Amino acid sequence: MSEGMNRRTVLAQIAAATFAGPIGIAQAQHVHHAAAAEAKTTGVYQPKVLTHHEFATLRLLCETIVPGASKGGAAEFVDILADKNAELLAIYTGGIAWLDQRMKLDYGTDFLTAKPPDRTQMLDKIAYRKNETPELAPGIRFFVWARRLTVDAYYSSAAGIKELGFMGNGARKEFTVPQDAIDYAVKRSGL
Amino acid sequence: MQQIQRSAPVADVVIIGSGAGGGTATKVLVDLGLHVTLLEAGPMLHPETDFKEHKWPYDYPHRGAGEGGASYFGHGRDFGWFSAHAGGWHLEGEPYTVAEGSKFQWFRSRIVGGRTNHYGRISLRYADYDLKPYSRDGIGTDWPLTYDEIAPYYDKAEKFIGVTGSREGIRSAPDGQFQPCPPPRVHEVLIQKASQRLGIPCIPNRLAVITQPTNGRPACHYCGECGRGCISGANYSSAQVQVFPAMKTGRVNLITNAMARELITDSEGKVTAVSYIDKTTRTEKQVKCRAVVLAASCCESTRLLLNSKAPGHANGLGNSSGVVGRYLTDNTGFGLGASIPALHGLPRYDADGMGGAHLYMPWWLWDKKTEFPRGYHIEIGGGYGMPGIGSFAGLANREEGYGEALKKKIYDDYGTHVSFAGRGEMIPNADTYCEIDNNVVDRWGIPVLKFHFKWTDAELKQVAHMEQTFTSLIETMGGKVTASTRPLDQKISTGGEIIHEVGSIRMGDDPKTSALNKYCQSHDVKNLFVADAAPFVSNPDKNPTLTICALAWRTAEYMAEEMRKGNV
Repeated sequence: MSEGMNRRTVLAQIAAATFAGPIGIAQAQHVHHAAAAEAKTTGVYQPKVLTHHEFATLRLLCETIVPGASKGGAAEFVDILADKNAELLAIYTGGIAWLDQRMKLDYGTDFLTAKPPDRTQMLDKIAYRKNETPELAPGIRFFVWARRLTVDAYYSSAAGIKELGFMGNGARKEFTVPQDAIDYAVKRSGL
Repeated sequence: MQQIQRSAPVADVVIIGSGAGGGTATKVLVDLGLHVTLLEAGPMLHPETDFKEHKWPYDYPHRGAGEGGASYFGHGRDFGWFSAHAGGWHLEGEPYTVAEGSKFQWFRSRIVGGRTNHYGRISLRYADYDLKPYSRDGIGTDWPLTYDEIAPYYDKAEKFIGVTGSREGIRSAPDGQFQPCPPPRVHEVLIQKASQRLGIPCIPNRLAVITQPTNGRPACHYCGECGRGCISGANYSSAQVQVFPAMKTGRVNLITNAMARELITDSEGKVTAVSYIDKTTRTEKQVKCRAVVLAASCCESTRLLLNSKAPGHANGLGNSSGVVGRYLTDNTGFGLGASIPALHGLPRYDADGMGGAHLYMPWWLWDKKTEFPRGYHIEIGGGYGMPGIGSFAGLANREEGYGEALKKKIYDDYGTHVSFAGRGEMIPNADTYCEIDNNVVDRWGIPVLKFHFKWTDAELKQVAHMEQTFTSLIETMGGKVTASTRPLDQKISTGGEIIHEVGSIRMGDDPKTSALNKYCQSHDVKNLFVADAAPFVSNPDKNPTLTICALAWRTAEYMAEEMRKGNV
């Protein structure tokens, strides 16, 4: 696996640094960016357990919940998990079917082919527990799952981790904290 | 028998368990020239492949949620996918039972190095007064030794395994042989300033992490993930720091997948062999020995003694006092956290550092009157941890919505949280103990432990104080705490949850009220020693591992000398 190469590189650097000079954080970051680049080059994903319609709907839904989630492989993540978990699969197939059915009733078309404003109108309802009615309850419950796994998928991906600005998981000779960061927080805290 | 032979059929010493106690005893006995057979109930450890150090969540298709997203359904790996342990709160085929009305959970890690592979590495000395609780306040029992007797072994353990820290002169937190601690992270600077305002000392942390090359081990490279295991061995794990180097002498016979079942004794009541189950073939085997060291963990060693029944010791071996299984304690635990406004918009930086806090707060009211008898120390958390599964679950569920607005909330929230965790002393009580459950055996046919556990007012009041203190700290930093109305017995940790079980084979000068003498040698069986946390007489507000190492070192030296003299 190519992922192993990245870790091996860092570990080799650590081993080397034991005897040689310091390792910069930049090098560790380089590994991170290399991994991010690799993630982009994966081919077209064939869903393992979701139908093509379900997968395409999920992809759109994930991308709407967290813009960029497709780069983070959110729909693939769900499909991979659901492939080994019938309970999760039922949550997603049931949720997507409910969404399509509700869209057809309200707008005459399924989620995937609906007009963007119609999709937005639906999601604005099911994205909040306060909107709960007996009619919308299944959609609201599904959306909690969809949001949770989409957020997890994106912020565990190379793209999401990079976007957050995480700078660690490297190897460095010395640990230091930027003085400007300390000054910023201390000043704002009034301590 | 006096002649020590290479690959002799009779081992000088059989050590049961390869964690902090067993690893230390192995190192010390081997250094003194003895031949050791080391039994480990789990498999061999291969750090390079077993440890998930430097892995990213996206290195796994499930990102760390476990196959099928197990963590979403409450079946995730305890301590998370990346943790270096092998086991958890439940081991398949190796149950334990809990008495009706009690709550207890038991964490076991079956692998060479045991729980030292993933533990928090906090390394605190017990204070002089910790060892004399009865003399001080009339509660509990004094240890049969003083701080001055243990101190040289704390020195040896700290120098060998490597511990960070600074000399502070605080009585509740005795100074040791320290390596420099890296500087505090941004949130830790704020916590330190807040604690100063409240009159609480907040000092460089004492972690079993080396910041200078030590005994051929490279210094820490500050990736912040000690709990995943350290392939280069810059933190303490008994496997890498003690067992593997000791094996190079040729005087260690490590037998893995060996589940100790019973100690075999002769007509004089001396241990002659250890019976164990070879898990790979499910057959019983025996290894003969001149002496035995139990280091299987506090409760597992207790189980082994209670399961070693023979004429003359119907209550279990070394248990003429009847104390084996009693006086079990854990540390108390309580945690509280909040987002700190001053950390919002903070410039991002690499906050990894050591795998743990760079500061901690020792107990500060040891000479003041409090509503509860014993103290606690405070562990702190925060910073820009590696994002992954569940990092923003609470926020996303609370904030609801979706789209760019949700993303912005996540970006803004990341790294703004601080947390406080108290770890306090529990006083032994009559309702907390373990015994053999004769109705249940594990998959190896060995009767299992049954736990009884109860917190008392002393611990509950202590936790109430923790909550007040943490609330004050958070509010001093500008954060907000929503007061919880849950009763105290729901706020306090579950027994066993802190994984600081100690005391169930306690030591003492009087054979009627203790199982072991001050060298952790059985009063009843002269060639039986215990080198885990089972001998502890009390459970001070300090994580027990460093004291396990120090006492195991002392026990091993004493034992080797007694064997040399022919007394054992």
